[in-house]
Amino acid sequence: MNGVHDMGGMDGFGKVEPEPNEPMFHADWESRVLAMVRAMGAAGAFNIDTSRFYRETLPPHVYLSSSYYKKWFLGLEEMLIAKGYLTREEVAAGRAVQPAKALKHGKFGLDDVERVMVRGKFARPAPVPAKFKIGDRVRAKNIHPTTHTRLPRYVRGHVGIVELNHGCHVFPDSAAMELGENPQWLYTVVFEGRDLWGADGDPTSKVSIDAFEPYLDPA
Amino acid sequence: MRALETILTEKGYVEPAALDAIIQAYETKIGPHNGARVVAKAWTDPAFKTALLEDGSKAIGTLGHVSRVGDHLVVVENTPQRHNMVVCTLCSCYPWEMLGLPPVWYKAAPYRSRAVKDPRGMLADFGVTVPKDIEIRVWDSTAETRFLVLPMRPEGTEGWSEEQLTELVTRDSMIGTGFPRKPGAPS
Repeated sequence: MNGVHDMGGMDGFGKVEPEPNEPMFHADWESRVLAMVRAMGAAGAFNIDTSRFYRETLPPHVYLSSSYYKKWFLGLEEMLIAKGYLTREEVAAGRAVQPAKALKHGKFGLDDVERVMVRGKFARPAPVPAKFKIGDRVRAKNIHPTTHTRLPRYVRGHVGIVELNHGCHVFPDSAAMELGENPQWLYTVVFEGRDLWGADGDPTSKVSIDAFEPYLDPA
Repeated sequence: MRALETILTEKGYVEPAALDAIIQAYETKIGPHNGARVVAKAWTDPAFKTALLEDGSKAIGTLGHVSRVGDHLVVVENTPQRHNMVVCTLCSCYPWEMLGLPPVWYKAAPYRSRAVKDPRGMLADFGVTVPKDIEIRVWDSTAETRFLVLPMRPEGTEGWSEEQLTELVTRDSMIGTGFPRKPGAPS
């Protein structure tokens, strides 16, 4: 979706302001939100792409004015309601009212902690041979899906070069909508800064994205 | 936020003690010290460096003292001709196992919007100057691949041990928004 989360190339957000000696969390609740998201994901309530999609669908003004973990919290709550794990009445009441919905991997307990500390595996066996090889010229498609995609707007329509082939991976556009993993070839595609940003672009800059095969046409 | 945790607990979805354990693990097990060890090893061991650039996850998996690393870690090398920098314009993808949880600025709009369009100007916000004749390469983390920058080894560190070198490797030097410390500079 063409949301405000797709920020590459936007102007007006001001300077980057690194915080000296930044703490890992700025408040206790931030760490609880992080842990809840990790735990409920690992228990099978949602996949990582779905959780990203719920944060992206927050209203633009909410997305832009909320801190990082606030976005995580709001996205988590909406997602758990939408998937039937809790109800708005329960959120309003602050306690459980309805019976629980069974989780795919059961209750998240102490024994499950170890496995959330390593990222999931996203590589999958290739259903078909790769369409592109390293060095190929490709054009990022001019597509504007209203659902989740990992093709940023700033490369759409532009020509780049295939630089790396990462094998076949879970396709976020399908997984986010719970339409299955639909594995696709994944490539690093590199673009010239001037092709993306015009004559004013930095002539010595290059930008790459990791692009799934359905995002690309031969050029 | 506490109310949500109460509901999830009452419904039997999560054990609060398991949430405590997740937080504790993030606070103690991951962090830039992991990435720093990998970089220092690459600076002192040419065979490891070659393996690291070939397949980051596999090479790091051979180091017993670094916590486990996820799949598809791509290590990109800074050279006198090229400076690499990592961003996630769409969300906040970051090599957690190597660098810990990302700082707020990495996840915020100014960095995410500007890193791809004006990387040189953006680096100036960090007080970092990359000479105009050096190519800047920005890696936008748009999939489940993760990127770690291998900075150039500082001059004046000939004969230093891996352990000494580890102290020079900063988090930002592995994101590409900074350089390693110079020998003798305060840490």
